[in-house]
Amino acid sequence: MTVPPPLVSAQGIVKRFGSLLANDHVSLTVAEGETHALLGENGAGKSTFVKILYGLLQPSEGTLSWRGEEVRLRSPAEARRLGIGMVFQHFSLFDALTVAENVALALDGAEPVPSVARRLAEVSRAYGLPLEPAREVWRLSVGERQRIEIVRCLMQNPKLLILDEPTSVLTPQETEGLFGTLARIKAEGCAILYISHKLEEVRRLCETATILRHGKVVETCDPRAVSAGMLAQMMVGVGIPPTRHDPLEQAGPVRLDVRSLSAPSPDAHGTSLKSISLDVRAGEVLGVAGVAGNGQDELFALLSGEMPAASAETVIIDGVPVGRAGINARRKLGGAFVPEERLGHAAAPRFRLSENALASGHATNGFVRAGFVDRGAALSWVDRVTKAFDVRKGPRDPEAKALSGGNLQKFVVGREILRKPRLLIVAQPTWGVDAGAAALIRQALVDLARGGAAVLVISQDLDELFEISDRMAVIFHGRLSPAQDARGLARESVGLLMGGAGFAPDAAEAA
Amino acid sequence: MTMFEAILLTIITASTPLLIAAVGQLVVERSGVLNLGMEGMMIMGAACGFAVAILTGNSAIGIVAAIIAGMAMSLIFAALTLGLAANQVASGLALSIFGLGLSGVIGAPFVGAKRDAMPRLDLPVLSDLPIIGKALFGQDPYVYASFALTFGVWWFLFRTRPGLVLRACGESHASAHALGYPVLKIRLLAILFGGGCAGLAGSYLSLVYTPFWSPGMTAGRGWIALAIVVFASWLPWRAMAGAYLFGGITILQLHAQGAGVRIPSQLMAALPYLVTIIALVIIMSRRTGQQTAPASLGTPFVPDR
Repeated sequence: MTVPPPLVSAQGIVKRFGSLLANDHVSLTVAEGETHALLGENGAGKSTFVKILYGLLQPSEGTLSWRGEEVRLRSPAEARRLGIGMVFQHFSLFDALTVAENVALALDGAEPVPSVARRLAEVSRAYGLPLEPAREVWRLSVGERQRIEIVRCLMQNPKLLILDEPTSVLTPQETEGLFGTLARIKAEGCAILYISHKLEEVRRLCETATILRHGKVVETCDPRAVSAGMLAQMMVGVGIPPTRHDPLEQAGPVRLDVRSLSAPSPDAHGTSLKSISLDVRAGEVLGVAGVAGNGQDELFALLSGEMPAASAETVIIDGVPVGRAGINARRKLGGAFVPEERLGHAAAPRFRLSENALASGHATNGFVRAGFVDRGAALSWVDRVTKAFDVRKGPRDPEAKALSGGNLQKFVVGREILRKPRLLIVAQPTWGVDAGAAALIRQALVDLARGGAAVLVISQDLDELFEISDRMAVIFHGRLSPAQDARGLARESVGLLMGGAGFAPDAAEAA
Repeated sequence: MTMFEAILLTIITASTPLLIAAVGQLVVERSGVLNLGMEGMMIMGAACGFAVAILTGNSAIGIVAAIIAGMAMSLIFAALTLGLAANQVASGLALSIFGLGLSGVIGAPFVGAKRDAMPRLDLPVLSDLPIIGKALFGQDPYVYASFALTFGVWWFLFRTRPGLVLRACGESHASAHALGYPVLKIRLLAILFGGGCAGLAGSYLSLVYTPFWSPGMTAGRGWIALAIVVFASWLPWRAMAGAYLFGGITILQLHAQGAGVRIPSQLMAALPYLVTIIALVIIMSRRTGQQTAPASLGTPFVPDR
């Protein structure tokens, strides 16, 4: 008896982008019906590899075989014809189009939209993934959007389903739902290539794991047979020390007081804030958890002063009502703000680091003298941030866009922390940052709080919030739950809040 | 012909070039490209259409030449914005200025030349209807073509799969690319279609509206067509309403001036623009929740590495 060939086999895949080697002789095989994990840090080359497998990118070297036969995938349509489906990390959906139109676009062949809608309704019912074909995507939650991606893959009867970090945007409960669906898909004999850096998920779901580091395969193993710590070490290369986070002895005075803050969203697709109240005391880290798009952007804009509140008394910094004040007035009271998007919001891509330092520090850091910019002062500030936060860069003062994500994030966080603010508000401090840089940033946030500042962290990463928060609250549909002590708080109860359980039903939704 | 019929007839004549140009531009913008070169493409259509019609003595060949001229102009724009991922606004403005200049050179030998306006095409029976018959069904072929074009574009965009793909490119070029659609090729075709429509609209001016060539004869109609697309919130039938609103007020204010209404003529001449702006503001303020502009409009697409 001969052994059947693997479903898909990649041999010596190399992908170069200029001088960057994104994939360096990556070999990987997935057997029929196997659930295979592709593990690695951000920038390890996971996404590049699956894009090659899905026909979106062409390898510089190496070959792909499908059921023992060498294939060349020139486009996603060819990959789909073989039976490869892909659920993207950043969804490949069209907000203004309906669910059915979105699905029709991913199906090859000229099936008319009404017939797609009928088939879609059947498949989504069969798999317990309810979807309304006629709804526009922008009305849907993130979990529902992912459902569209999964259903449209299933409608093509895939043999191999690729999922790129599918749980990074889901609540714990939605994640459970996804795992249930995947178990069903697997039971039908479909192989799954599961990309993640969440080790527990991989250990639970997958039979085989291939670990990538700096574009190379460092190990292929059975993730159930090794510990999560071992996997992490293989992924990162060195052990990452856990954040030092001593219990808070005694919180100081209230530095940030938010009282019944409500605001309509300025953007048609945004979320309105509904009567948000919170306080952050000196010495503590308050974490705000929540699935993306529940009002985090709006909350940050109102707290930082990018968007004025309806009345001054709704936002109080150190006893001063600042709801109507701009960002500089708030900075002068000791506030510091780091928005979620590092490139384009926290830093201007084409500006040098010193110019970016000036942009956020011109009112407070002494970079401006008698109306003239003191370039030397700004430059030495850059040097200080570089040294304190281990920002790795080529020249002394490069453009912001020349830095890698992790290094730029260290710069924009460090830029504010070194000002020794009395209040720091930061959104997604370690989004898409490698583990080493993330550990450094988290430690800096905790240390800043313990040094007497009030720190508010808005994040979608629950692990991160549990690691650094003293108290936690959850934002859902523009409302904020009361903050609870993070120690002894169960993940499940936070997860339920993130899914909306425990919040009063929305007037808008009831209508 | 009664006064009413005459007014209705001139309104249709004034609105038709706007409609043709706007519907073409609507397709371009739905694919995610903002081509501000309308004025340049239109006037090149006017100049080339007239020149070729004079040289060959055949209006049909002139029309074909006008369409080709508009497409050739749009091809320059496509090379800059798709090929080199240049800024669309700057490229479009440059195209407008370039077109105005080049059309002057091409048209120079034909200043003063004259042709008879294109004959009207009376639809039997229908054109004998009282009052509206002559105005609606005794028109030149362009008018019928503009109606067919509007219907065709609506049908294409909202009822066919290629139309869905084109709208998808305009919504999110990254997603369309991820699904394997050739975004740049689709946008190229859309730009060429828009250029062809602009050329056709231009030829209407020099072959029908005022059957002679004079430099700068488009007189800002390309810009109005651009405004109409926004006014129409990227929907073909609303573009028709917009073109006729604008054309209608242009003609009515002329008649009002002729009738001696005591309002300064400059103000009257500004009226169509004013009404367009007011209508635009009303539409925008009423818009709730849903977005209307294609989300990727004006952003260059560079295939991901």
